[in-house]
Amino acid sequence: MPVIEVTDLRKTYGDRPVVDGVSFAVEEGEIFGVLGPNGAGKTTTVECVEGLRVPDAGRVRVTGLDPVADHERVARVLGAQLQQSELQARLTVREALELYAAFYPRPADWRPLAERLGLGAKLDTRFGKLSGGQKQRLFIALALVGNPRVVVLDELTTGLDPRARRETWQLIEDVRAGGVTVLLVTHFMEEAQRLCDRIAVLDRGRVAALDTPAGLIRRSAGATVISFTPSAPLDDEDLRALPGLVSAEGSAADPAGRGDGRVTLTGTDETVNAVITLLARTRVTAHQLRVTDTTLDDAFLDLTEAPA
Amino acid sequence: MTTDVFHTAVLRTELRLFRREPGALFWMLFFPTVLLAILGSIPSFREADPAIGGLRPVDAYVPVAVLLGLTVGGLQGMPQVLTGYRERGILRRMSATPVRPAALLSAQMVVCGGAALLSALLALAVGRLAFDVALPEQPLGYLLALLLAVLAALSLGALLSALSRTTKIAGAVGSAALFPAMFCAGVWLPVQAMPDLLARIVGWTPFGAAAQALNEAAAGGWPGWSHLAVLVAWTVVLTSAASRRFRWE
Repeated sequence: MPVIEVTDLRKTYGDRPVVDGVSFAVEEGEIFGVLGPNGAGKTTTVECVEGLRVPDAGRVRVTGLDPVADHERVARVLGAQLQQSELQARLTVREALELYAAFYPRPADWRPLAERLGLGAKLDTRFGKLSGGQKQRLFIALALVGNPRVVVLDELTTGLDPRARRETWQLIEDVRAGGVTVLLVTHFMEEAQRLCDRIAVLDRGRVAALDTPAGLIRRSAGATVISFTPSAPLDDEDLRALPGLVSAEGSAADPAGRGDGRVTLTGTDETVNAVITLLARTRVTAHQLRVTDTTLDDAFLDLTEAPA
Repeated sequence: MTTDVFHTAVLRTELRLFRREPGALFWMLFFPTVLLAILGSIPSFREADPAIGGLRPVDAYVPVAVLLGLTVGGLQGMPQVLTGYRERGILRRMSATPVRPAALLSAQMVVCGGAALLSALLALAVGRLAFDVALPEQPLGYLLALLLAVLAALSLGALLSALSRTTKIAGAVGSAALFPAMFCAGVWLPVQAMPDLLARIVGWTPFGAAAQALNEAAAGGWPGWSHLAVLVAWTVVLTSAASRRFRWE
């Protein structure tokens, strides 16, 4: 049974549908990413999972329970890190951890958790005196202090420096290794690619794609990029005839290209093979030949529409 | 009951935080007694005045000081804190835990109510020790009137918190309401000294009714049921309005 089940979720603010028929299921022990441009309905979707918002239509279940009707039972097993929230300014880190630990039936020991998040030296610092990154790390600790079965993290590493970001990723991987299911809202592609087993790409309130990171990259048109500087100009017709070709830049086919003589082609593995055959047949040498996969960024841009 | 409306850890935290707010501590706990001490040190305030039934002004100002801390706490202290908690997402963060944010509301009420009672006891003690003001002759009635007054003040504070979307609005509305409330409590003119008609009108307001009930109990009688009923009615009306209008975010 999936730990989180969202079926045809709909939520409208005024007459603007923010979430318009979103469905996905997260299996136990999975790190599931929710990706999408601003305003795609990511936060509203996870707020429905957390029981903070009441869906207009559709079904949400967390460990088989309704997060609104069964709020308390769901909240006991679900740790949340919200995108925008604060604590009382004069509350110290230690007091916040103790307070939140007291909310749960079987809390984690907050001391190692605080150490792990680099808050060990800040226990007696008041919330109002913490830096943005420290506040963020405290909220991650508060999401984990209840020993949850499910954690929902909304913009986990926003405001963290690269080192803290990497340490946080490691922490999330460790948390998952302990069997915890993670629902992660992010707009860092690197984060999604590194952490997520599967990703739902949301666009304008709908699921535009749902796949593994590699699957998302594969399905985007022009998943492979081939670039080189030919020793002699290549025939335009030959290039256009390449199988699986999606785009060609800087070639004879594109005289308005960059003019440095470099050819950049996007296509599939088949295109790569055909290019090598073509080069061999025409005895053209490819200088600085590079073959790379497109990134999740490219796949993301491909799957979501530019704002109107 | 499945929802935790009272939570000891939340209450302990709010108490701790209250002790870290020097402004709130001063205005709610000490300012009424400081005011009493200043007025009491004016010699003419310690002479019997036939206009207020032979009482000395300082006698009439003890119940005023008793009500003052409660007025400040209910109209300024609690609404500021609660709207701030809402504005900054503190209530929201707590909504995502097994403990309902109502626990923060109830903890604030206990802290503010407790501070108001302490402030009242302090004013009574200083009045007795420094200015020889007699302690209430009907202590049970006095305590009952005081408790009902605290509840009315807290429900007024809850309604203000419910209606004010931001701390700025809560501050402005709280200050605007503070002066009429202080007037009714008798800060400028003790109710005993008010003309009859004015005293009767003021008696319909929560703080006016509280002042009259406290005065009756101080003089040795049981506080008038009509005054106590006015306090209860305000509490019921304000609380139900507050609970219907309160938003957690």
